[in-house]
Amino acid sequence: MSVELSNYIALSAVMFFIGVTGVVVRRNPLIVLMSIELMLNAANLALVAFSRAWVNTAGHVFVFLVVTVAAAEAAIGLAIVVAAFRRAKNVDVDEVSRLHG
Amino acid sequence: MIAFYALSIVLIASAIFTVTQRSPVYSVVGLLVNFITLATLFFTLNAEFLGVIQLVVYSGAILMLFVFVIALLSSGVGPFSEGPDRLPRILLPAILSVLAGFGFLAFGVLHAPLGTPPVAHSASVLGPVGSANVFGSVGDFGVALFTTQLLPFEVTAFILMVAVIGVVAIAGDAVPQATRGRHVRRKRSKDREPIVKAGR
Repeated sequence: MSVELSNYIALSAVMFFIGVTGVVVRRNPLIVLMSIELMLNAANLALVAFSRAWVNTAGHVFVFLVVTVAAAEAAIGLAIVVAAFRRAKNVDVDEVSRLHG
Repeated sequence: MIAFYALSIVLIASAIFTVTQRSPVYSVVGLLVNFITLATLFFTLNAEFLGVIQLVVYSGAILMLFVFVIALLSSGVGPFSEGPDRLPRILLPAILSVLAGFGFLAFGVLHAPLGTPPVAHSASVLGPVGSANVFGSVGDFGVALFTTQLLPFEVTAFILMVAVIGVVAIAGDAVPQATRGRHVRRKRSKDREPIVKAGR
């Protein structure tokens, strides 16, 4: 591996925190979901880099599992967004607060 | 080496573009660039099967789902209110949490150096990307998936089934609860306008 493992991990960390910032700051639920995808992909990058360093396929299988979870999460999240939009015509994450108590 | 730095610049720039765009459609474009760049990085890390999976599943399926939902939600109405900007209020906690996260990460990396590990226990052999039965190829991945890692694969099937049931339960109802019983019933077929007019 010509590039150091720590470079990949640093890149993954930067991408993860960009995703965290998106989740915390944005109010559009679609962009919040996209930021979650960014975070999952950063974790995937770290897993693939470690897997390459150890020459072990277990990391690849775990990335496969993460991709599946991301697909399920996107489908259910977007279904919730559509359902909330059907009820309220407004899906701002600050204003969908009926479960707030 | 140069490829890694070029790819990482594109990766970070597209991630920032995704998060900062006002319109979700531009965010989807940024996310598409991000996923394609990440797939290229996977190829440079000998993970050719995962690179292809990244392209097909993320860029093909998940982003298409996002595009369809954007088209469904923003047809005619603007669903997102222009409320008060909450960025100034949240900026300090966000910066603090990100700094704390990087601090933990730097602590972890410095106190447990990511040295070159032994490869004696590995069943796979490294080889050029694209050749048969080397580390990360389809054959290697498939052998791992169906022998030593069979349980995660079965868990994957269970997750997908739960997701399908959940989506149908949440969004499968075409009639909203609020208008149920009051909406106009569909016409019976004999009252309907014929699609093809007879006698012409």
